[in-house]
Order: sequence, then structure tokens, then C-alpha cells
Amino acid sequence: MAKSIDVSDLDIYYGDFKAVEGVNMTIRAKSVTAFIGPSGCGKSTFLRSLNRMHEVIPGARVEGKVVVEGQDLYADHVDPVEVRRQIGMVFQRPNPFPTMSIYENVLAGNRLNARKMKKSEADDIVERSLKGANLWTEVKDRLGRPGMGLSGGQQQRLCIARAIAVQPQVLLMDEPCSALDPISTSAIEDLIHELKSEYTIVIVTHNMQQAARVSDETGFFNLKAAGQPGHLVEFNSTQKMFANPDNDSTEAYISGRFG
Amino acid sequence: MTAVPLDRPATTRRGDSVFKGLATAAAVMILVALAGVGIFLTLEGVPALSAESGALGGKDNIVLYVWPLIYGTLLAAALAILMAAPLSIGLALVISHYAPRRLSKPIGYVIDLLAAVPSVVYGLWGIEFLGPRLGQAYGWLAENLGFLPFFEGPASGSGRTILTAGVVLAVMALPIITAICREIFSQTPVLHQEAALALGATRWEMIRLTVFPYGRSGMISAVMLGMGRALGETMAVAMVLSATGVVTINLISSVNPSTIAANIALGFPEASGIKVNVLIFSGLVLFLITFVVNFLGRLIAGRGQVKEGR
Amino acid sequence: MAATDQDVRPVTIPDAPLTRPQLPSWAPVLVAVVALAVAALPVVLLGWSLVAMVVLTVVIFVVALPVWSSSVEGPRKAKDRLASALVWSAFGLAMIPLVTLMWQVISNGVPVLSAEFFTYSMRNIVGEGGGIYHAIIGTVIVTAWAAIISVPIGVMAGVYLIEYGAGSRIARVVTFLVDVMTGIPSIVAGLFAYALFVLFFGPGVRMGIGGAVALSVLMIPIVVRSTEEMLKLVPDELREASYALGVPKWRTITKVVLPTAMAGIVTGVTLAVARVAGETAPLLIIAGDTDSVNFNAFAERMATLPVFIYYSYMQPGIPPEFGQERAWGAALVLIAIVMALNILARFISRRFTPKTGR
Repeated sequence: MAKSIDVSDLDIYYGDFKAVEGVNMTIRAKSVTAFIGPSGCGKSTFLRSLNRMHEVIPGARVEGKVVVEGQDLYADHVDPVEVRRQIGMVFQRPNPFPTMSIYENVLAGNRLNARKMKKSEADDIVERSLKGANLWTEVKDRLGRPGMGLSGGQQQRLCIARAIAVQPQVLLMDEPCSALDPISTSAIEDLIHELKSEYTIVIVTHNMQQAARVSDETGFFNLKAAGQPGHLVEFNSTQKMFANPDNDSTEAYISGRFG
Repeated sequence: MTAVPLDRPATTRRGDSVFKGLATAAAVMILVALAGVGIFLTLEGVPALSAESGALGGKDNIVLYVWPLIYGTLLAAALAILMAAPLSIGLALVISHYAPRRLSKPIGYVIDLLAAVPSVVYGLWGIEFLGPRLGQAYGWLAENLGFLPFFEGPASGSGRTILTAGVVLAVMALPIITAICREIFSQTPVLHQEAALALGATRWEMIRLTVFPYGRSGMISAVMLGMGRALGETMAVAMVLSATGVVTINLISSVNPSTIAANIALGFPEASGIKVNVLIFSGLVLFLITFVVNFLGRLIAGRGQVKEGR
Repeated sequence: MAATDQDVRPVTIPDAPLTRPQLPSWAPVLVAVVALAVAALPVVLLGWSLVAMVVLTVVIFVVALPVWSSSVEGPRKAKDRLASALVWSAFGLAMIPLVTLMWQVISNGVPVLSAEFFTYSMRNIVGEGGGIYHAIIGTVIVTAWAAIISVPIGVMAGVYLIEYGAGSRIARVVTFLVDVMTGIPSIVAGLFAYALFVLFFGPGVRMGIGGAVALSVLMIPIVVRSTEEMLKLVPDELREASYALGVPKWRTITKVVLPTAMAGIVTGVTLAVARVAGETAPLLIIAGDTDSVNFNAFAERMATLPVFIYYSYMQPGIPPEFGQERAWGAALVLIAIVMALNILARFISRRFTPKTGR
């Protein structure tokens, strides 16, 4: 079910301010693609434009094309709600629904869309998703307890389980480990490795070691100057990026000389 | 795998627009309701302009009828605020700065209880408890301070005077003013307060240097809102005050001005014909007065917020 | 105190002591006892009342402690002590009405309570006996109708202001008008309901639903405000999480945002009900009073507890003591209902508010 994404000439605006300029890339199916770059360079904004989540912010708009398996996400008649059903997202801070139990949180995507299903079918989805998120053994005895009762790392894996429960084609992750301790982080990274076999994963991270550890391909975003829009500097296989990048500023950033 | 259509299903679209429509309708409903209050009061109030003296308690026209009521309303509210404002600010300081942390919450609850007491019960209390006791004090005031026009006497023995009404209104406005003030006082930036204390200020100097300047606009608007409550309060005044409808600054005699709200409450149940229109007209006047006071209160509060900006 | 940047030499303070003459910690107690003793003199010698004694005690305390402090600790400390004394006296003064009011209502009201008081109306009762059954029923019906009208309008308007209208002109106007509505005097709300119903039913109209409309005018702004406050507290991250699952906006609001804010909204509604349940003036105007039970809000007069209290006390009949006793009994019941609603509101907000991780 995983799909590739083709981005061509994408500009993103907040009102009159151009936040990201001229991005072209192809994100391969069943691989992990990481975006790195200094704060404010537009990598999170770009990530959000891949499932039209940026539209939650008033005034945000996009020019250009994002094509998923032949369908342009920004064509007329395309419903952002439908896009998000197929391209899931995991956020910086774990955000399980506080009114719901662990069980209900996993099913949220189905239930909130009023999908009717049998109890056995629901149980299957919950078990499969929690197993997929490496959380099943930790929570299987307390599925009825509130999701907020879990630790930060467990909450984040619950959010991943929630995202994969609706069987999306692509999974976007916006700095999923930045609010977590190292042990939880490594659990999530392991999970990303496993999910790769089924999903196309795009991850934004501030942590370059993390990008090197988990991703197959890496994109480096940067600002030309303060106040200028962010742009994609280099997009290459992760191995090449970290060993022998094409661009000088990429090398400077990765080797810690600036940024 | 075939491409899943990304088109918007009709059901989703309908759900979204129906729900948004409902929410917008509710908001518009509020506009309509408030416009309705103005329109219907005007519709039913306008006939009073041509009312004859028979329906106006012997007054020649509606202006002469309403004027003493406006005077009484403003006087009672002003008395109430004179008493309630300093008390409330002191009380708010107790809760926000003076009381030990463990006590300040229960004290807040207790003050909230004061706001929960229905006005008709305040009326009972005013007649049975407060009136007779203040009546004794009025006797003393008339004897010893009778040279002041406010305390000229003869003192009312039952104590059901405009000053007593003012005291009851003060008690009713107190929790409102206190609640807003304590909210503002407790929002004073801790850094400012610690800076003042670190300069060697006493607690009172710290409050004067940081808490009051920070909360000034909030305090003023709190007092205005309390005033709004005192202006419109009906039952307690209707019950406590023994009104004769005169205009006087004598606060303690048995001859007292009435208030608009109390006058309506006392007259409406038995009124018919044009008298109803007269009372509704006076209600419209009260609406406008409270509107202006509340408007000013909100304006001051709003301006304060802009100035504070983070 | 103004040390400039150039002034970097280490300053040696010549023997500045860190201690200062201070009143002992028991000083306020001592002053209070002395003030009480002094104030007791005229009571014993001249026959002043106890109230006068308490007033005198407070006055002496408020004057004497700062004066003493001023002579020992200096004027700044004295001012501080004066302010403390005044602030605490304000607190004491504010407690007087609450304590005396509660004491009056309880001591006058408790003896009246009986099974008959709760189960009888005033139909065909002259003098002793009768009860408030009809008034309780009326209050419940009118308040319930008011809630049925105001809760949907208030909650949906709050949803509009936070979720849809944010920043738009109509939202700003509505926010402002809700503020104005908060300040509408209750009697004006009653007159509005009357003026509205006169159009349909002719002069002299009295019915329970009119009271409910009047109370709604008072209740809606409270519900809107508390809904707004509570929706603001729902973190945007939850809305985003829901959108990211492909949930349409209206389902996000109804299934995620509103449930998260539910406890707070219910608390606000309960407080609003408590507030209007005690309203008298609008009901006096439009619901009127009657001695009989009336279950139909759409016809005839309907007695309510506050109006019952008012008439029982102001027009008690002959002999007056029975009517006035019933007024106190009903006042106790009304206060109990209002307090219970307040406590219920606090309980709901404490027990059911979900933790949103902040």
C-alpha cells in the first residue's frame, strides 16, 4: 500500500510571506526519508504540506504540485480530509486524546470517521496496530485505561499505533522524538525501521545522528539568509549525504561548522 | 493497487456545512436576541410618551416621572460602590496576597457563596436583620451628625432607607468586584513583585509599587461591573426600601427616592393598560444606563489588556 | 542605591547592621487584647451595645498598632502594619453579612421544614399549613426550560466564536454583545419577555415559558463565556491529531474538542443554572404567582420559589406570621438548592476534567 511522492516546484506561503521556495524531490515508496536543517528553514512546514496539514493555520497556502501515485494533492475537488486519511502524521509532542482509553485512541481514526465495525474486527485492528507500534506487550492488560496515563515514549508509540490503524499509505513524522528521553527515542527508531517494510515514512528531525541512523535518503533544507524563504539545498542518499555531500553548505552543517 | 479517490465524499461536506451553519446560527441568534431586547422594549415603551398624569402617579409627563427614579437608582448604586469598592479591593488582597496559601482558596469559596445567595433572600435579610440594626445607628447619626444634610433625619426607625438599600447592594456587588480584582491581583508578574521585595520594600510598598499599577484598569472595570449589578438589582431594593419617590440627599429618613428596578417590580404585577407601557419605558431607560456603564467598564478593561501586552 | 556601571570598586559597608528594632511577634495579640479591654469599659460603664464595642476594638487596634510600630520600627513598617490591619478588617467586615444571613435563614427556616411543607401547595390554604410543592415544581420547570433554550444556543455560539469565527468581524461583534448581555439587569430581561409575549398573547400575559425566555437572556452569556474559556483550554495539538487522522472538522469538534472540554462546560452550565434559579424579578413580571400546582409551562401563571418567598413575606395575609414563616422556610430551601448546584459544579470540574498534559 505504500506509495511514492513526487514534489515539483512547490512554494509555501503564510499570507504574503513566502516560507518555502521551489522544492523538487521524489520520495521513494517503502523507504525512510529524513529532512534536516536549522530551525525555521521550513522543513516542518514542507512536511505538513505533504498532507495539507498546513491549512490548519489561517492564511497558509501552497503553489506547485505534490503527486501521490498519479494524483495531485492540490488539484481541484481534492478534499484535504480525504488526503489526511491516506497520509498519516505523528507530531512532535505525543497527543493522545485525553477523553479516550488506550483502546479507543487506537480506534480513533476509524471511530471518528463513523466507520461501523464489529467488535472482533475492532479488536483485531487494535492488536495489529499496537503490535505494529511495539506497544502491545506493554499495554495489552490495560487497554481500558486512559491513554494519558502512559509514559511519554509509550504515548508517542500509541500515537503511531493510532496513525497506522487507519492503514495510511504514507506516514509523516514531525520530530517525533524531540520530547522523549534517549531510551524511548531508541524504541521509536527501532519501530521506524520495522515500519519501513510497509509504509513510506518521512521524518523531520533536528538530530543528525538520528537522520543517519534511520533514513535511507536525506534532504537538507536551509535559509539563503534571514527573512528569506527556506529551500531544499541537497537531496541524496543518506550514506552519500553524511560521507561526501555534493554541496559545501551541507557539509558545513553536518560537520557542525554552522547551524 | 488502484488509486483511492481523493474527492470529497458528499456526506462529509454536508456534515461540515450543517454543523458550521448551526454554530453560526447560534451566534447570530445572540445578535437577534439582544436587538430584540432593544426593539421590543422600545415598541412597548413608546406609548408611554403620551401617557396622562393618571398613569404617571400624578406627574405631568414621563420625564418628570422617570427623573426621580433615575436619581434614586444612581444614588443607591453610588452609595453601594462607595462602600463595596474599598472593601472588595481589601478582600481581594487578602485572598491574593495576605492570607496563607492554605486559607486563600477557602476564603475565595466563601466569597463566591455571597454571590450565590438569591437577591430575594438578601431582601429578607435587609428587612429583618440589617434594617432594624441600622435604624438604631441612624438615630445616633441624626442626633450627632444631623448638621450634615445626609443625616438630617428624622431617622427612620425601621431603617428601611436608601442608605440601607445601598448597604445591601454593596454586599451584593462585593463578590463580583472581589472576584475580578483577585483574578487580576494574582496575575501580577511574580518577577515584578520579587524585584520590589528585593529592593527592601515592605509588603504594602510592594503592593503599591507592583500590584496596583499592574491591576489599575482591571480594578476600574471591576468596579464598573459591580456598579452595573447594583444599578440593575431589583428585589433586594424593592423589599428593603420604603420609597416615596422624592428627590432628596437625606439618606436616613423614612422619605426616600425609589429606584427604577424596584419601582417596576412593585408596580408591574398590578399594572394594566398604559401603566405597563410607562413601566416598560422606565425599564428601557435602565437598560440604557446599565448598557453605558458596562460598555465603559469593558472598554477600560480592554484598553488595559492592550497596554499590558506581553 | 543607584550604582552606576563605573562604580565597580568593592563597596565596604561600614557596620551596617542587619537587625533593626522590631516589635515582638506577640505585639498584635497584645494590642488586640488591650483594645478589647479599653472598648469594654464604655459597655460596662455607659451601657453601650456589643456592636459598638466590636467597632471600637477594631478602631483602637487599627490606630494603636501602627502608632506603636511607628515609634519602634519606623514609619515604613508602621504603614505596612496599618495596611495589613485594614485589609484584614475588610475581610472581617465582609464576613458579617454572610454569617448573619446564613444564621437568620437557618434559624428561621429549619423549624418550618416538614413533610407537609414539601408536599403541599398553597391551594385553599388560609393561615397555617400549606407548602411549597407548587413553587418547587415551578422553579424546576422554568429553570429546565431556560436550560433547554440556552445550553444549545450558548454552547454552539461558543463553538462558533472559538472554532469558526476566530478573528472575524461577526465574532468580534458577538463577543462584545455577549459582554453587554452579561450586564442586562434581570428585570429588563423580564420586561423583554413580557413585551415579546404580549405580541402573541395580548396584554397581561403570564406563563412559565415566558419566565424561561427571560432567564435564558441571563443564562446564555454565562454559558457562552464558560464554553469559550473551556474550548480555549483544549490544546491545538488534539485538533491537529484528529485532522491528521482524516477526520472532518465537525466530527473533530463534536468527538474530540467538545468531549475534552465537557467537564468545564457542564460546570459552567451548572453555575449558570444556579444563578438563574434564584432570580426573582423576571419571574415576578412574566411567570407571576399562583397558589396551585401548574405543570404546563405554556399556559397560566406558574409559581416559583423566589416569587413565592417575595409574596409570602411582603403580602403574608392575616395573621402575618404564617406567611412569613413559609417565606423563611422557602428561602432556606432555595439557598440549599443554589448551594448544592454550586458544590455540584465544583465537584464536576474537579472529578471529570481530563488531564491534557499541561
